[in-house]
Amino acid sequence: MMPAMVNPLGRARRSPRLWSAPRRLAGIAVLALTTASCSYFEIDSPLTTFEPAGPFAEQIDALFWPVFWIATVIFAIVNILLLFVIVVFRDRPAAKEPKQTHGNTFLEVTWTVIPTLILAGIAVPTVQTVFDLTECGSGAMDVEVIGHQWWFEYNYPDLGITTANVLVMPEDQEVCARMTSDDVLHNFWLPALNGKRYLVPGQETLLRLQADEPGEYWGHCAEFCGLSHSLMRARAHVLTAADWDSWISEQLAPAEVPAEGTAAFAGWEIYQAKCTGCHGVSYLDADGATAYAGPADDAFNGPDLTHFASRNVFAGAAFPSGDQSYEQALTEWLANPPKVKPGSFMPNLALTQSEITSLIAWLETLK
Amino acid sequence: MTATSARPTTSIYVRPHPKTGIWSWITTVDHKRIGILYGYSAFVFFIFGGIEALLLRIQLSAPNNEFLTAAEYNALFTTHGLTMVFLFVMPVTAGFMNYLLPLMIGARDVAFPRMNALSYWIWLAGAIFTYSVIFFADVTPPIGVEGFAGSLDPSDQTFLGGLPDGGWFLYQPNAGPYFSPGTAIDFGALGLQILGIASLISAVNFLTTIFNMRAKGMRLLRMPVFVWMTMVVAFLLLFSLPIIAVALFMVTFDRSFGATFFQAVSGGDPILWQHLFWLFGHPEVYILILPSMGIVSEVLPVFSKKPLFGYAAVVFAGAGIAFLGFGVWAHHMFASGITPVAQAAFGLSTMTIAIPTGIKIFNWVFTMWGGRIRFTTPMLFAIGFVSMFVIGGLSGVTHSIVPSDWQQTDTYYIVAHFHYVLFGGAIFGIFAGLYYWFPKLTGRVMSEKLGKLHFWVQFIGFNLTFAPMHWLGLQGMVRRTWKYAPENNFGPWNLAVSVGAFIIAFSILIFMFNWMYSKRKGRPSGLDPWDARTIEWSIPNPTPEYNFAIPPVIHSLDEFWHMKYTEDEEGRAVRRPDADDVIARLEHDGNNPKSPIHLPNPSYFPFIMAVGLPLIAFGIIYHLSAAGKALIVVGATITIGALLGWGMEPLEEPHEAHHDDHADHAGAEDEDASHHEEVD
Amino acid sequence: MALAHDAPIAHHDEHESTGISNTKLGMWIFLSSEFLFFGALITNYLLYGNGDFAGTVPREVYDIPFTSVSSFVLLMSSLTMVLAHHALSVNDQAGTKTWLLATALLGAVFLGGQVFEFTEFIVEKDMTLTTNPASSAFFMLTGFHGAHVAIGVLMLLSLFNIARRQGGLSEHSGMNLELVGLYWHFVDIIWIVIFTLVYLLSAV
Repeated sequence: MMPAMVNPLGRARRSPRLWSAPRRLAGIAVLALTTASCSYFEIDSPLTTFEPAGPFAEQIDALFWPVFWIATVIFAIVNILLLFVIVVFRDRPAAKEPKQTHGNTFLEVTWTVIPTLILAGIAVPTVQTVFDLTECGSGAMDVEVIGHQWWFEYNYPDLGITTANVLVMPEDQEVCARMTSDDVLHNFWLPALNGKRYLVPGQETLLRLQADEPGEYWGHCAEFCGLSHSLMRARAHVLTAADWDSWISEQLAPAEVPAEGTAAFAGWEIYQAKCTGCHGVSYLDADGATAYAGPADDAFNGPDLTHFASRNVFAGAAFPSGDQSYEQALTEWLANPPKVKPGSFMPNLALTQSEITSLIAWLETLK
Repeated sequence: MTATSARPTTSIYVRPHPKTGIWSWITTVDHKRIGILYGYSAFVFFIFGGIEALLLRIQLSAPNNEFLTAAEYNALFTTHGLTMVFLFVMPVTAGFMNYLLPLMIGARDVAFPRMNALSYWIWLAGAIFTYSVIFFADVTPPIGVEGFAGSLDPSDQTFLGGLPDGGWFLYQPNAGPYFSPGTAIDFGALGLQILGIASLISAVNFLTTIFNMRAKGMRLLRMPVFVWMTMVVAFLLLFSLPIIAVALFMVTFDRSFGATFFQAVSGGDPILWQHLFWLFGHPEVYILILPSMGIVSEVLPVFSKKPLFGYAAVVFAGAGIAFLGFGVWAHHMFASGITPVAQAAFGLSTMTIAIPTGIKIFNWVFTMWGGRIRFTTPMLFAIGFVSMFVIGGLSGVTHSIVPSDWQQTDTYYIVAHFHYVLFGGAIFGIFAGLYYWFPKLTGRVMSEKLGKLHFWVQFIGFNLTFAPMHWLGLQGMVRRTWKYAPENNFGPWNLAVSVGAFIIAFSILIFMFNWMYSKRKGRPSGLDPWDARTIEWSIPNPTPEYNFAIPPVIHSLDEFWHMKYTEDEEGRAVRRPDADDVIARLEHDGNNPKSPIHLPNPSYFPFIMAVGLPLIAFGIIYHLSAAGKALIVVGATITIGALLGWGMEPLEEPHEAHHDDHADHAGAEDEDASHHEEVD
Repeated sequence: MALAHDAPIAHHDEHESTGISNTKLGMWIFLSSEFLFFGALITNYLLYGNGDFAGTVPREVYDIPFTSVSSFVLLMSSLTMVLAHHALSVNDQAGTKTWLLATALLGAVFLGGQVFEFTEFIVEKDMTLTTNPASSAFFMLTGFHGAHVAIGVLMLLSLFNIARRQGGLSEHSGMNLELVGLYWHFVDIIWIVIFTLVYLLSAV
């Protein structure tokens, strides 16, 4: 009884030669190395396709895994067969000369018919899912997604809200993204919520998005769209019903002009002098009326800045990145945009350090 | 002894005659020399493409890396793709075809030897033209349709950044006049146009050769599989090149002449470009892989000592893949917003490609089944091809699951997939072929020790490079991205991938050393170093200039094998007692033709004609300037002048044995047209 | 044509497996590729030609009677090409020359018509290559066809010139005449398709 408890796996019965001390040490070392490298190589990317967070992504996920396992089994069969063949039929001195077989109709038919049947089996749910995910549901909330080099603009036509970089949406609510592009092809992708869909200039494409849980989800433009394609990223912020309502009222409010004499006010003045060619801000003027500073609708438009600071990322949702602080990233960006984002439509305005500080102070008031 | 070649007597044109030196190569019309030219030049571009890949991998080895600028990164992934597709795999397989096609069908040369030379020189002109962009183009930010341009930091204006940067797929409108305003893309588009002309000429030439020049008894179903795959590839080229030619003309019209085919701002449809591009581009994938499938189908039987299992099935599966290949193009566009009906249809058609591909793989495995497998270097590469291609094929099936593809498209998962097909497939097959047919070029065998070292290093490096990309892609790493955020934790695997890329590079160095070394010091091969099956091995190594001293007569598939082997009552191979005598006789006869053999004469004109084309292309790019207009005229004059010279040049010089009096018209005629059968 | 001169290389012991000469087979193969070239150009026009764009679109400016006449001229040139071929087959060298020249002239007349049509569209109707995708597609398609006709005319004239200088066409040049004939008929057939699909079926 006792020995069995001490050694429940019965290792004592193993030949000591097979499990000698050096081998054990080596085994432990390999195990440790594997574990270490596993954690080193472990990817826990916010862009992963393995953690679907809404019904549409889940539907795709449910389609992917069976196909993946079928493919894995076929891979194993073929490669085990291949290994078997090259081991068993390797040339040995005693080997007889091979029979000169030219083929076998039964086998040919077999490996034609079986794959056909497997493919027919996966074709059905594939086609089903394609049609399921094409049209938006009836209760969906429309959001216009417009691609620009290199940022996404989001308009909520029913709410009268325009924002950029961060797509804000309520939980458990389907969003029907009606997408187009202002310049080149882009490809909108929030892996946790659905697959990708192009944004095509002059055309409208649809993408169904829905999240089960509040949280932040990462995205990326997936089609090569020019110099800074790699910096055209996206975020989705999914809010609870209560947060969603307060977000709406926050977004509908115009910005307040900072008090004179503050750094933020200096920033506001720099903005009016240098930035309104491209960036718009809705603000409360001295009479308490809503006024607008910025370019005309049909002119070239950068992101609307009215609620700039309500978004935790800027410049195509690519910054701040890594261990950069928000202020650090913003300082670098304002100092030389094309350096940070090659080809950027925001030129280097040759701002001085104090101008940048003032602008940041002002931008941070734009909640 | 070599072929006779009399001095010219009547022609006003001086034919080139050198047998050695650079002029002998420039004027050659010998399919074997042209094949060698294709091979070596393609390998130079392989090194270019490889260096580009290494630079990309250094950039990606860490998050937010600053090794390359964005413009350089975009330029390098574009040229890496263009180079590997159009300047390495296509020409190197064209090299194999040129060298082997006449030998395998028992012909003395291809149907149109001068056009064969023309095809090579046009290809080289197009390649040099494409790369010359680096001296002419700058990095240009988009100007945008509103006329409000993007801006560039001066530090981004670098030498390498000037290469074409629209991706090898040149997606519109990004690669159009508004968003890629410089000249870089023009060089890419016109370069592809020139390369396309070269391929079209080859396709016509190879098809005519296969249809018309087969030895007596070489029925279609007695042709080696490599010849079949050459034929299929030639058909693919023939039918897909005109489509990309039209599409590229549209791009050039948009970019240089103010048309708006793909510019949405004027009502053009950017998606049309994708349809046209992939209608060419998907068959192109099979153009890249089918020759290697042909090579593997030659190598596996030889080293298994068995005939190819299911020869007819393998041939028809290859043709089937090509045929289906024209009906699957939109699977590159599942995310583009095409209708669900189209997505479903193209998803299904893509699935069907798996069936003929599976047939091929199982037939290869069963070719080895029951054989006596010798693990020579070519065999290792062929087996590597089969096992790696299975992975690429299976990941391909996952793309036909349309909704899955919505997640996977444009990620590294796709990069992994097509490198398993094109590197694990096409390039492993190419190396199998290089080791296998090296004796035909040199009369020597490549070092097996170095060859096996090359294989294993490349096999390990390849898998370390491309296997993790599946994982990275499914974890959301987007393709064609210069930087990735540290938060994604892509760094460690990307570092591993980059290390793998350098291991591959090292394996290529081993190969190059082996090639150089074996060319001089390799073991002499004799006539039949591999105990081969097909008739290109029934003539001496290196191949004599005239190929076959005695025209072969074909009685069956694997003709050469049947000269050496018979079967016992069990069906097992039995070496004929006189096999060694047969080989000795072939060696002797092959080196000593009974009567002088007259070969097509060299010509200057293919080379001259090819020189004109890049000049015209330069002229089109700079057509607004006087110099540009002048270049068009000069280029056209050279090309048309060479065409006229070509037309007036007698194909062969007069020679005593075959001088026909009636055809001697002012040197303008071919003096030996008498063998033409009057048709219809 | 360059193709024509490459035929007889290995005349000792080789044969044409198909019974068709290399040059002729090569020409057929080349033309099959050309079919797809024009197929793509015509498809492109069919996609854009009927769209609504700013500026003049081709279907508004077609002069069908005029183009019918020039199409008829090109059609007749196929007939004269056949006659030239027939004349050579009965060794009527004078007839061959006449019909070759007639074919070239008819081709030239067609080209003249196209130049006139283009000029009218550009100058009178204000429709240029850059007006809109439909006009671009029209000029690109008909322009490439015109270029093919022009190359054909040059080849016909070269043949005529050879026949004139040498007092007739030899057997080998006869093969060239067959090749040029194949090409010429191809160019004609393509025009019939263009005239039907691009002009007749989309004219307003």
